[in-house]
Amino acid sequence: MRNHRIVVVLVATLVFPAMLFAGSISGKVTYTGTPVKPKPIDMSKEPSCAKQHAAPVTTETIVTGAGNTLENVVVYISSGAPDDGQVPAQAVTFDQKGCQYLPHVLAMHVNQELKIVNGDQTSHNIHPLAKVNREWNKSQPPGTPPLSEKYDKPEFISVKCNIHPWMHGEFAVLNTNHFDVSKDGGAFKLPNLPAGKYTITAWHEDYGTQTAEVTITGNETKEVNFTFKAKAY
Amino acid sequence: MAKFFAITIVIIAILSAIPILRHTWVAPEDISTHGYLIDEQMSETMAEAGLAFLAAQFILALFIWQFSNRSPDAKIKKFPGGAKGLVIAAFLVVGVEVLALGVFGVKAWANVYLNAPSADAMPIQVQAGQFAFYFRYPGPDKMFGGIHPEMINEGTQNIFGLDPEHDVAARDDVVTASMAIPVNKEVHLLMHAKDVGHSFFVRELRVQQDFVPGLDVSLHFTATKVGKYEIVCTQLCGLGHYNMKAYLEVMSQPDFDNWLKQQSGQ
Repeated sequence: MRNHRIVVVLVATLVFPAMLFAGSISGKVTYTGTPVKPKPIDMSKEPSCAKQHAAPVTTETIVTGAGNTLENVVVYISSGAPDDGQVPAQAVTFDQKGCQYLPHVLAMHVNQELKIVNGDQTSHNIHPLAKVNREWNKSQPPGTPPLSEKYDKPEFISVKCNIHPWMHGEFAVLNTNHFDVSKDGGAFKLPNLPAGKYTITAWHEDYGTQTAEVTITGNETKEVNFTFKAKAY
Repeated sequence: MAKFFAITIVIIAILSAIPILRHTWVAPEDISTHGYLIDEQMSETMAEAGLAFLAAQFILALFIWQFSNRSPDAKIKKFPGGAKGLVIAAFLVVGVEVLALGVFGVKAWANVYLNAPSADAMPIQVQAGQFAFYFRYPGPDKMFGGIHPEMINEGTQNIFGLDPEHDVAARDDVVTASMAIPVNKEVHLLMHAKDVGHSFFVRELRVQQDFVPGLDVSLHFTATKVGKYEIVCTQLCGLGHYNMKAYLEVMSQPDFDNWLKQQSGQ
């Protein structure tokens, strides 16, 4: 009984500090300048998709929010936190709905299961344009079960549909579990960071990458903001 | 039995000619200024081929009727002079027929391909790629911006690979996924393929033209009736070929002006 208690205390002293003193990084992604206006996408050749959208669909390469905030930016720890090698057991899902990719940018860990769903009444042929990983394209007629894939090397991969040329998305395959994709309002958050010195990288498909150095001591939350320069064209 | 067979052949030949003579299946309405020439050419070809077909069937039936129950001892008659004369005659008849169709067809063909479009014809560029058509209008400056294939990016809807940053002419170009044209106005279509062979077919326009990768193909036509028509790809171009289509809307001039304004405003 006594031994038991010692073990519990030992485990607690080992594990809790890491949790108690876990810091986090949060912030916002913004832009300066005038970004390109999203362009409307005409889906009239695919009526089963067109009728799913009340308002016209627009391109998603540049998605901005109020206060010059920028969405769809992948923010991740690129060095400082050694990859713990833990591949999340849960799969990430990439949906094809209304002839659009949902989400537009999908971040995942190397070797994490990637489920690709066709929620449309038409065939899709998903074609991630991988250069480091093996490149493939796969047809998915309506009603077929989800495809299960994974990537074994870190890479940013553009995704297109070989049938509907306007469909476009991005995969971010990362060597870390500390990542987030900026959402509405450009906000991101990287929780559960032990004390240490980190390099954080923010990646945008059109505006490129930016990095920041952050040192975390204890259980503080550090704010890091990224500002990209918008391209007029 | 042979007589029954001969009669059957005649009946089948006559029955198959009836729906054609009665125009049971008519061509879709023609909405172009040159289409009637194509239609005339088609009817002439059908009449010639049809008459030749009927004649061949009747002669076949006649021979079966006449010669099938010959006694085995009957002497086989030979065509005087052997087969040579027949072959030459057939060669001449068929050759003249094909040549005649070609000569008479030139007037339909020339209207679309050999004569230049009028100077005020409206230029529209059409790009075919797996598996969609895209159209480009030159905008108020009446000039198309240059095409930079390396800049093509469907994700940002830069379908034609335009460079508006450096190319002023490209800035007002209007790119659309469906085609609209004003009625009774000549259209000059400038066609190119992005990847493989495709085809531009609008049956009501009586226009069917292949896209050939690497070639700039040009044709012109005038639509005469307001309405919505289908543009389909009729050259097997890959996996999504069945799904490669766009719509052609023929509009009155004011409607067209509005449409173009709307498209460019977006």
